[in-house]
Amino acid sequence: MSVSAEAQANKTKRVVIEPVTRVEGHGKVTILLDEKDQVQQARLHIVEFRGFERFIQGRPFWEVPVLVQRLCGICPVSHHLAAAKAMDRVVGAGKLTPTAEKIRRLMHYGQMFQSHSLHFFHLVSPDLLFGFDADPAVRNVIGVAKKFPDLAVQAVMMRKYGQEIIKATAGKKIHGTGAIPGGVNKNLSIPERDFFLKDIDQMMEWSRGALKIAKDYTMAHLKDLEPFGTFDSNHLSLVREDGAMDLYHGNLRAIDSAGNKIFDQVDYSDYVRYIGEEVKSWSYMKFPFIRSAGAENGWYRVGPLARINACDFIDTPEADAARKEFMALTAGKPNNISMAYHWARVIEIIHAIEKIRDLLHDADLQGDDLVVSGARCGEGVGLIEAPRGTLFHHYKVNEHDQVVMANLIVSTTNNNEAMNRGVQQVAKHFLSGAKKITEGLLNRVEVVIRAYDPCLSCATHALGQMALSVELYDHQGNLLDTKAR
Amino acid sequence: MLSAAEARQVLFLGYGNPCRLDDGLGPVFVERILQRGLRNVEAEADYQLTVEDSAAFEKCDVVVFVDASTCGTEPFEFSRLEGAKELSFTTHSIKPEGVLALAGELFGRTPDAYTLSIRGYEFNSFGEGLSPQAADNLKAALVFAEQFVQGLEKNVN
Repeated sequence: MSVSAEAQANKTKRVVIEPVTRVEGHGKVTILLDEKDQVQQARLHIVEFRGFERFIQGRPFWEVPVLVQRLCGICPVSHHLAAAKAMDRVVGAGKLTPTAEKIRRLMHYGQMFQSHSLHFFHLVSPDLLFGFDADPAVRNVIGVAKKFPDLAVQAVMMRKYGQEIIKATAGKKIHGTGAIPGGVNKNLSIPERDFFLKDIDQMMEWSRGALKIAKDYTMAHLKDLEPFGTFDSNHLSLVREDGAMDLYHGNLRAIDSAGNKIFDQVDYSDYVRYIGEEVKSWSYMKFPFIRSAGAENGWYRVGPLARINACDFIDTPEADAARKEFMALTAGKPNNISMAYHWARVIEIIHAIEKIRDLLHDADLQGDDLVVSGARCGEGVGLIEAPRGTLFHHYKVNEHDQVVMANLIVSTTNNNEAMNRGVQQVAKHFLSGAKKITEGLLNRVEVVIRAYDPCLSCATHALGQMALSVELYDHQGNLLDTKAR
Repeated sequence: MLSAAEARQVLFLGYGNPCRLDDGLGPVFVERILQRGLRNVEAEADYQLTVEDSAAFEKCDVVVFVDASTCGTEPFEFSRLEGAKELSFTTHSIKPEGVLALAGELFGRTPDAYTLSIRGYEFNSFGEGLSPQAADNLKAALVFAEQFVQGLEKNVN
């Protein structure tokens, strides 16, 4: 049933916020009001661009780690590495050489550092520094540049630092080829290493500054942030065998909202036994869920908040100290405050730069033993903790080395149900009873979606950006109000 | 004749997704302009513009943003660009005028800036390679770009 038909059948008004700004691709929010102007239902719709899995089919498997980067201009490295990890299994590379694994990790931490920095400073800091209700003409990165120029320069330079690491390890900024099935095709030279060491202390210092902003803001506004788009949920992430956070590799752990383990140390090659994907008629995006909990209750969150909730500790000192402070807010229990994603994200900035610093001092990065192989296999699964959350790549390869099946579950899809619930919660609180769409509602719908840092270009395989428009319909489908930015 | 150090440095920034057919016009342009080995020209490609591109203008006097257009003039449009005075909402990516504004605000760099929008036609599926019409438009844009660079040298002389 279409939204309009559904609205008419249920005697509701339809509010359309289309598309969501400061996220990628084509997303829109529809809010259904009943006859008493109460929010009956709110949904985040994403217009999917289908066909990428099909595009990969028939390609030689060794091309895939390069091809998949074209899925998304936001996190190509995550797709590059997840695909390479899957193809490691295909070529029978059980354990990579120390140089190969560390080069890949350096690439990944560089990606995490630049992606989180971009999100925090470019997309989120305007909300924090100017307030949710500030004029959108000011509440943006240019506004930050004018009022807080030092902070804006830091943001650009942190992003650039991470991008340069990607370039050095992946070979180039676009269409990197660094990770190949079974290893990598280059190491890090001494001059390259020294180039990054030169600025590492500055990056550490700026990261600490970002952490202070995120933490202080959250604590100072806790009364407002705590209920904002917040709900209990399960959390899913990779963890190391000893329970440490591991963004590059590990086993799957799922916990419920109270911290009880639903499953733990699951080899991700078996993910299909633990994770299902539900299709809903009104959404192009699937809704993943934990099979043992069922589709209704088994949905979960991924990303920085989930990772910090799920892990037992972080193996770098400053990030772990920050994690302890973060967890103290909820007395050691999982933190289900949606707006705490930002604080968690900055803790991961600290973790990533600590890891980069440690790796740069590791002589294995200059090793020459780059690739391993073993018994050929017809199937491979690769998982990685991408900046936005757990990313699944699954391929089957025939005897002619061609890909015959590809299944990708991207981070934003994993957060699909959570984002929908966030929108619904905010809409109910800020719209119910109102006759018109207010700027305040629009701002807050955007803010709650932005907490997840969705990358709709990944989730939908679409690129593009558009202005914001809002439409209000009555229960018979008549347009009552429209707003555009 | 000017020495290389005295001549105006030109940076072409091409962006788009080469796996989305004609959306790859920007990156392909970069690949081709580099093959021509023009003096005083640098070129970089990316999937999209981002904030750190604002730090890339340190050594350039002229920057040209090269992108595919979905409905612009054939075979291409070349326009002077001003930095945005304000920027409302954006996605992870940023528009050319935003990059230019940030370069001025943050780094005090305000190179002469232009957009080169090459008309494309096929965007709605995955695939590599340009449509025949887009490929023709690209050729015309490359010829123009080369003349533009040469014109800059003459103007300086």
